Amino acid sequence: MNLSLVLQMAAEAEPERIGLVCDGRRWSYRALWDGARGAAALIRESGCAHVALLDENSEAAAVALFGAALAGVPYVPLNYRLADADLAALLGRVAPACLIGDTGRSERLAPDHGIRAFTRAAFMSAALERAENSVAPDESGTGVAIQLFTSGTTAAPKAAILRHANLLAYILGTVEFGSASMDEAALVCVPPYHIAGIAALLSSIYAQRRILLLPAFDPDDWLAFAAAERATNAFVVPTMLARIIARLEAGRSADLSALAAVAYGGGRMPLELIARALELLPHTGFTNAYGLTETSSTIALLGPEEHRAAHRASDPVERARLGSVGRPLPTVQIEIRDETGRALPPGQPGEIYVRGEQVSGEYRERSALDADGWFATRDAGWIDSQGYLYLSGRADDVIVRGGENISPGEIEDVLRSHPAIADAAAFAMPSEEWGETVAIAVVVRPDHAAPAEAELKQLIKSRLRSSRVPERIAFREALPYNEMGKLLRRELRKQLSEPPTAGERAP
Amino acid sequence: MKSAVCDTEVVVIKAGDAPVECGGVPMAAERPAQQAPLDPAFAGGTKIGKRYVNAAHTLELLCIKAGQGSLSSGGVALQPREAKPLPSSD
Repeated sequence: MNLSLVLQMAAEAEPERIGLVCDGRRWSYRALWDGARGAAALIRESGCAHVALLDENSEAAAVALFGAALAGVPYVPLNYRLADADLAALLGRVAPACLIGDTGRSERLAPDHGIRAFTRAAFMSAALERAENSVAPDESGTGVAIQLFTSGTTAAPKAAILRHANLLAYILGTVEFGSASMDEAALVCVPPYHIAGIAALLSSIYAQRRILLLPAFDPDDWLAFAAAERATNAFVVPTMLARIIARLEAGRSADLSALAAVAYGGGRMPLELIARALELLPHTGFTNAYGLTETSSTIALLGPEEHRAAHRASDPVERARLGSVGRPLPTVQIEIRDETGRALPPGQPGEIYVRGEQVSGEYRERSALDADGWFATRDAGWIDSQGYLYLSGRADDVIVRGGENISPGEIEDVLRSHPAIADAAAFAMPSEEWGETVAIAVVVRPDHAAPAEAELKQLIKSRLRSSRVPERIAFREALPYNEMGKLLRRELRKQLSEPPTAGERAP
Repeated sequence: MKSAVCDTEVVVIKAGDAPVECGGVPMAAERPAQQAPLDPAFAGGTKIGKRYVNAAHTLELLCIKAGQGSLSSGGVALQPREAKPLPSSD
């Protein structure tokens, strides 16, 4: 099986149906499929080892993805927000490559490196002009369909690979072919270099749900597009939802009466935010999707009914479900393990492990699957007695104090419960006595006075225990997040190892 | 796998060693040079995107190209599998 099957079937079933809308251009499945086949021919002839995309989302990303799949060459969408030095290193790792998008930047960063660059427009016209009827893709399923560089912490980014078989297992296992009615349309505004953006493309095409592609997120553009095209579905990261909700609350009007389903993921969803969204958009179903690049995206989800039940509940355990990422997909197994690799019972926190056909867990350099096919996500979490999964941050972000593992999440939740605190992060700082100890950074709400440090320490001591009390407290205007809304605790660790600045009080 | 009697093509989701026929004739990786006759008892058609299963659910096929023949295993007709869709997560 080849990933191009997804587009091939859509084009076979309803060639004239519009599959993708971007910047006012409307593409039928047939047009996309014609483009993919033409692109495949060009890619094969070039002899390249990778098809790189250095561009915002557009129809070219879809044509490049499926063209590469047909040609049997890995598709490698690159993060265009990377600094020159980092991007240059990645270009070196993908060469010889066909590159679509920012030809100027590619030329500047890798002039001698075997990169054949096409502008988006040149790629599309070359692909469409190339009428290519013969289709003979590699059907084994074992080839690499997509390669995504995961953001490295200290070392160079790892090249996570997803084989055709992994991605098809995910799509075929979770999406019903052609299940979308003609009215349905999915607004996709996440970048093409994240697994969420790729999964959205694949799922929507297989369901034959028209994709509304918004290349660059802006909350007003999002609202206008959603209203004009009567979007029925959307995928957002939590920070985008926050900006959309803020515009609506500021009085921006938009007819979202067609918006039946919003899925979100990629970062932590603040409880107050999802609660506001549920109140503001009562006819919209919300789904929390938890997944990783290495697992072909979603492995657990909290569906619309589960959101509503938790939001309505009075029992605190039921209400807390709103902060869960839901139950595992029926097609995967999830386990929580301690540091020794022992599986833990419900209620006990540890590292999240996952197994299933959609799970690749593979990098160019090596496979990270254990002997039984389990993948260590490096995410900390626990499962409740009803099978609901809760995340407590990255395992790397766990603070190891005197041999005790402290999860930042529980400290952050306590801090955020303080009425004057808008946001909080807990992270490790070096300690001669303990190895590591707790440091926190907090953001005070605009119309509140900053609480005294002693007050924050007492709050943590009383709600948790003394080992969680921070030895260092930094006040910040904002906390560092990446563009997917993930809190960058390692950034704060780094910042606090430098001398104190004006924005911080000495302990 | 391809039908010997019509346009139907399927991919195997779950196999076992069960035989697979379309229009009453075994399916294979390649079509024969000459199209075989379609058994009228297995002429109900196969729809693109639908999954077909045997009673024990040990065999599951996904139709990737529609055709006039219908699917069977060892002469017993396969049934379309009902979809149990998850909430859209993408």
